[in-house]
Amino acid sequence: MDLLRFITAGSVDDGKSTLIGRLLYDSKSIMIDQLEAIEKQSKNKEQGEIDLALLTDGLRAEREQGITIDVAYKYFSTPKRKFIIADAPGHIQYTRNMVTGASTADLAIILIDARNGVVEQTRRHSIITSLLNIPHVVVAINKMDLVDYSQDVYNNIVIDYAEVAKSLGLKDVTYIPISAAFGDNIVEKSPKLSWYEGSSLLNFLESVEVEKDINLADPRFPVQYVIRPQTDDLHDYRGYAGKVISGIYKKGDAVTVLPSGRTSTIKNIEHNGVDVAEVFAPQSAILHLEDDIDISRGDIIVKNDNLPRVTQELDVVLCWMDNKPLVTGNKYLLQINSRVVKSVIKEIEYKLDVNTLQKTDATSAGLNDVIKVKIKTASPIPYDSYSELRENGGAILIDETSHVTVGACMIK
Amino acid sequence: MSKYSLDYLDHLESEAIHIFREVAGQFERPALLFSGGKDSITLVQLALKAFRPGKFPFPLVHIDTGHNFPEALQYRDELAKKIGEKLIVRNVGDTIKAKNLTEPKGKFASRNALQTYTLLDTIEEFKFDACIGGARRDEEKARAKERIFSVRDEFGQWDPKLQRPELWNTYNGRITKGENVRVFPISNWTELDVWNYIRREKIELPSIYFSHEREVIDHEGQLVAVSDFIKLDATDKVLRKNVRYRTVGDMTCTAAVESHASNIDDIISEITATKTSERGETRIDDKVSEAAMEDRKKNGYF
Repeated sequence: MDLLRFITAGSVDDGKSTLIGRLLYDSKSIMIDQLEAIEKQSKNKEQGEIDLALLTDGLRAEREQGITIDVAYKYFSTPKRKFIIADAPGHIQYTRNMVTGASTADLAIILIDARNGVVEQTRRHSIITSLLNIPHVVVAINKMDLVDYSQDVYNNIVIDYAEVAKSLGLKDVTYIPISAAFGDNIVEKSPKLSWYEGSSLLNFLESVEVEKDINLADPRFPVQYVIRPQTDDLHDYRGYAGKVISGIYKKGDAVTVLPSGRTSTIKNIEHNGVDVAEVFAPQSAILHLEDDIDISRGDIIVKNDNLPRVTQELDVVLCWMDNKPLVTGNKYLLQINSRVVKSVIKEIEYKLDVNTLQKTDATSAGLNDVIKVKIKTASPIPYDSYSELRENGGAILIDETSHVTVGACMIK
Repeated sequence: MSKYSLDYLDHLESEAIHIFREVAGQFERPALLFSGGKDSITLVQLALKAFRPGKFPFPLVHIDTGHNFPEALQYRDELAKKIGEKLIVRNVGDTIKAKNLTEPKGKFASRNALQTYTLLDTIEEFKFDACIGGARRDEEKARAKERIFSVRDEFGQWDPKLQRPELWNTYNGRITKGENVRVFPISNWTELDVWNYIRREKIELPSIYFSHEREVIDHEGQLVAVSDFIKLDATDKVLRKNVRYRTVGDMTCTAAVESHASNIDDIISEITATKTSERGETRIDDKVSEAAMEDRKKNGYF
């Protein structure tokens, strides 16, 4: 059994909460006491049946306002897979929440209301999906019950969306007509949509191949912590603890430590307390090197024949996430995996309209803005292009005075 | 499947180990909050994998309400000894005396809410900057929205609207003096994941997790153990039942489930078949209000 992380993009109006409620309900991940609790609340709403959307509203403020503010994580599993849903709000004022949820997703479900077709919000969610480089996209055309399960309506939306996907370079897009409210094509294929030849949504989620999304070609091992027991029997022990974020490491590999550039050879690899011949992404491990060189948290161990870029000048697509606006020339801490360095935003090249992809000039940026910037760091950063290796191309910006995370960087 | 594919438990384990090492790398005085329950026992197993052959870069800390199951306390002491790590225990009873707090009254007079005082005092006493806990997002709606690194102010309060965005697997643990961070390495695990992991890793658990005979009363459908900590009414009927605990908290706020499951396999079959959530079935304290957990977290609770 493996693991799939996905994000649902859409708003309550598109039936997003109902869809998640339906997945949890039909996969029997909802328990009786939870159901009783929402049944009680549903009756207040004078609806005959239970309101599945109530399952996903977490905080009191959200229930009061009938909206989702923050990313909620939900879990369910089938005999084939464990699923982690990042349930992110869809409105433009919550772009940062969607970016957060999207950052770890293997797949995005983009919900379209069959009555409305491709709208501004659909484009925005697709643009964020493409910026964050989510490998798989499902376009769930919902509320098919309200358009008489019409194949023509579905076909027209597919034609429209294909344009969007093409312009954004989305590669793996799958279209599924559904009705979340009635469960059509969610778990079982619906006879009302007999003209649709693909699989049900759950069936697709269970079978979409995500193993190949893990990069095993470019070895990257950021050092998180150095283990040095300094006891009598282990006084020479010096293990570099971290996670293989991509690639494979083998005993005997010739490696380089960046940014220092010192080289050595892997003497030994420990995984869960056992010596092993190799480790691969995304395993956590301890590496031992032949030579006693200076390595500490924030360094990255890579293979000599596969080096990342190392520079102090970065081209970055940045999603601004703070209430206080970004000011050019301000200094922020930049954190990429375990490495933290001071940095300065040199200039804003343009602001990206997340609804239309239009670029405009800008000198500052506010909450939820997506901008292209040049960042200079105080010391060199080993990194890969985000579009090629998500694990080593994403960084956060931290305000040095408030310590808050203020930006998400996708490095070019 | 290639030889480079991992089981979902391997993914969850590696993610948790990564989080543990981030704590070690980012904080000066972390602590692992240990309750003797299965979730914190799982944390210890993960910490062993993250740091051995080195020592843990943090002590185990138990906030003892004085209402714990003796089996859980015994397990706690034995575990700390077996792994050779430091254990710090602070008692809610002492806080009540020192601060003149009012003991809760009633049938199930729970010190659960008072734990927060002792926890915050302990954080201050040792200047802990990060407290690692075994909370999971599947437990409860308010937990579903909490970050893995959850910043609390000097009163331990959680502000759900002011949470930091948490992107990729990059954790921002920077804080201002006085603040601290609660860290939840098994955020993405479900109850069943924890049990499957315990089975896979052959982790020993306190005996109360397995079926045993016990004197209980039936309180509104929940089976509560007879102990010195709860008051029996004239109408309470003491029953002898075969029970096990699905969660282990205080004797005053944890209910047992009727069960003959005497090993992990049986427990996993029961949990797979059950129709009631973990907290709904076994926690007397969550039923008080729709937002009970949200409120307690805002006040500094775990």
